[in-house]
Amino acid sequence: MFSTWELILQQLVNGLILGSFYALIALGYSMVYGIIKLLNFAHGDIYMTGAFVCLTVFGALSRAVAGWPGIILSIVAAMFLAGILGYLTQRFAYRPVLGAPRLSLLITAIGVSLVIYNAVMVITNSQPLFFVSGLDNSAGIQVGNITITYIQMILLVVSSVLMIGLTLFIGRTMIGKAMRAIAMDQDTCRLMGINVNKIIGLTFVIGSALAAIAGGMACVYYGNVQFNMGYTMGIKAFTAAVIGGIGSIPGAMLGGILLGLLEAIGTQFLGSSWKDVFAFGLLILILILRPNGLLGRSVVERM
Amino acid sequence: MGIITRAYALMDNKKYRCLTLAVLFVIFASFPLFMDNYTLNVLWNAMFYALLALGLNVIVGYCGLCDLGYAAKFAIGAYTTGILIKSFHWNFWLTLPVSVIVSVVTAVIIGAPTLKLRSDYLAIVTLGFAEIVRITARNLSITGSASGLNAIDRPSLFGMRLTQISQWYYVFLVLIVLYVVISNRIRHSRFGRALAYIREDEDAAQAMGVNTTLYKLYAYILGAVMGGITGSFFAVKMTSISPSSFDFTQSANILLAVILGGMGKIPGVIAGAAFFAIFPELFRDVPVIGDMRMLFFGLLLIIVMITRPQGLWPERRRLEDARTPRAS
Repeated sequence: MFSTWELILQQLVNGLILGSFYALIALGYSMVYGIIKLLNFAHGDIYMTGAFVCLTVFGALSRAVAGWPGIILSIVAAMFLAGILGYLTQRFAYRPVLGAPRLSLLITAIGVSLVIYNAVMVITNSQPLFFVSGLDNSAGIQVGNITITYIQMILLVVSSVLMIGLTLFIGRTMIGKAMRAIAMDQDTCRLMGINVNKIIGLTFVIGSALAAIAGGMACVYYGNVQFNMGYTMGIKAFTAAVIGGIGSIPGAMLGGILLGLLEAIGTQFLGSSWKDVFAFGLLILILILRPNGLLGRSVVERM
Repeated sequence: MGIITRAYALMDNKKYRCLTLAVLFVIFASFPLFMDNYTLNVLWNAMFYALLALGLNVIVGYCGLCDLGYAAKFAIGAYTTGILIKSFHWNFWLTLPVSVIVSVVTAVIIGAPTLKLRSDYLAIVTLGFAEIVRITARNLSITGSASGLNAIDRPSLFGMRLTQISQWYYVFLVLIVLYVVISNRIRHSRFGRALAYIREDEDAAQAMGVNTTLYKLYAYILGAVMGGITGSFFAVKMTSISPSSFDFTQSANILLAVILGGMGKIPGVIAGAAFFAIFPELFRDVPVIGDMRMLFFGLLLIIVMITRPQGLWPERRRLEDARTPRAS
């Protein structure tokens, strides 16, 4: 029924969706790494929290607003709450250790991740929750044997718009300029009258909101949410950020899409039980062969 | 606080240190005489974590590298021993050298290319590698896939088959003494001082002619070998191993033990490991707190990093600097 090529093409479509999730989460990693050189371990858990908030709000709204308006409202709520959570982690956990050695910063991030992960685990009693959107998951356009569902198309459009929007925001606005300046030299920024703490806080809010959108979209796309969904997703999104060149916004997008596509092809040839091995093997390979990533510039380690 | 500070001072005082250690050893060695098997098992578990923490301490505490996949190192030792005993019917003691060789080879493969890079890349590479090891163990038939290896034959020592928990208690106590001596000798060697230099200021170390990449690799290999040997003993003590014993929680626990205890400080690291092994046992039957213990660990970790970034029982750096280096 399916020829090999059609199977690969269908996998590529699926890979593109997965890749856009990776890209949205990778953006948060990359922005935070670019600005304060922190590997924000808790970012995957913020994505997971976003998915849970989206699911809960959608459930609560389901009597009044259902379908797409309900989904949009619940994703907005998720963005809002995840943004607050991201800001709080930055304000109370990371800011006090910003001057400390890198290892302390990284360990603090592991602590934050443990707190969020286990809090959600206790709240949900380790059970997966199901998202019933009431949308038709199979409706879509048929090209030969390949199906592209409407949901897939909407997700792709939304993530493209978000990525273009973020690029414009970083490149064209004063706040974006301040972010790029802080990434280069924090102390000089302070002398120039930039409120460094405020901009760093805002970076966390934006990164977390993007992760929450990815979480909400994952709700709609996969239909279930579990407390450990953020862990693998987080590492892979970080992999994507490294592939593209950490600290680079277009790099994070490219890395995300590329990882999604490569993983889809890897799954096709190696089987799904090896797909994580494929992704992590790729990470190690990229770090060995091209440590600055595809679009990254060489960065000197902080002294 | 007064008593604790005095206890620290007693341990730090060179004159009393040997005496204190001897008394401690006698106390610990006498435990199997009057304790029940359950308590001994909990203590054995604490010693097992202490061995892992001592191994990781070489990487994290001495050299300041961040390894997030230490579970993979002891998984490699455990599976090497397990496979050689199960599939090839080797004697346990002969599997140990093989376990060391496999640990060294994997550490070089992972460490050599990544240690040249930024230090936080090592964190993510070790994490990725740990996942690769775990997934590979789950998917291959020689590692017994998801159910792991069962009924691994127990070894004999001096013609005595090691089956009782009290016997294992002594085996691990001897291992602890061995690891402590090794760690201590490393710490005060030329190599150990070079590692401390790298940890405190890598650029300055390099400027002084320390081959930082090579020394970091040595530290990484050493830590991996210590983890591998611990894993080999773990496999024959438990007689069954499965991929779920080597997940990220395990790596995180060991890392937290090293960091909370005080990076680089041997008694601190052991205390941290004991805390991690015994604390969950105390709250095992308390339903809500039992589930939330990792949540508290996370909070504790953040608070410790903010208030005491060197851990609860840190090394006394100033004293260290003032002392004239021993000839080596």
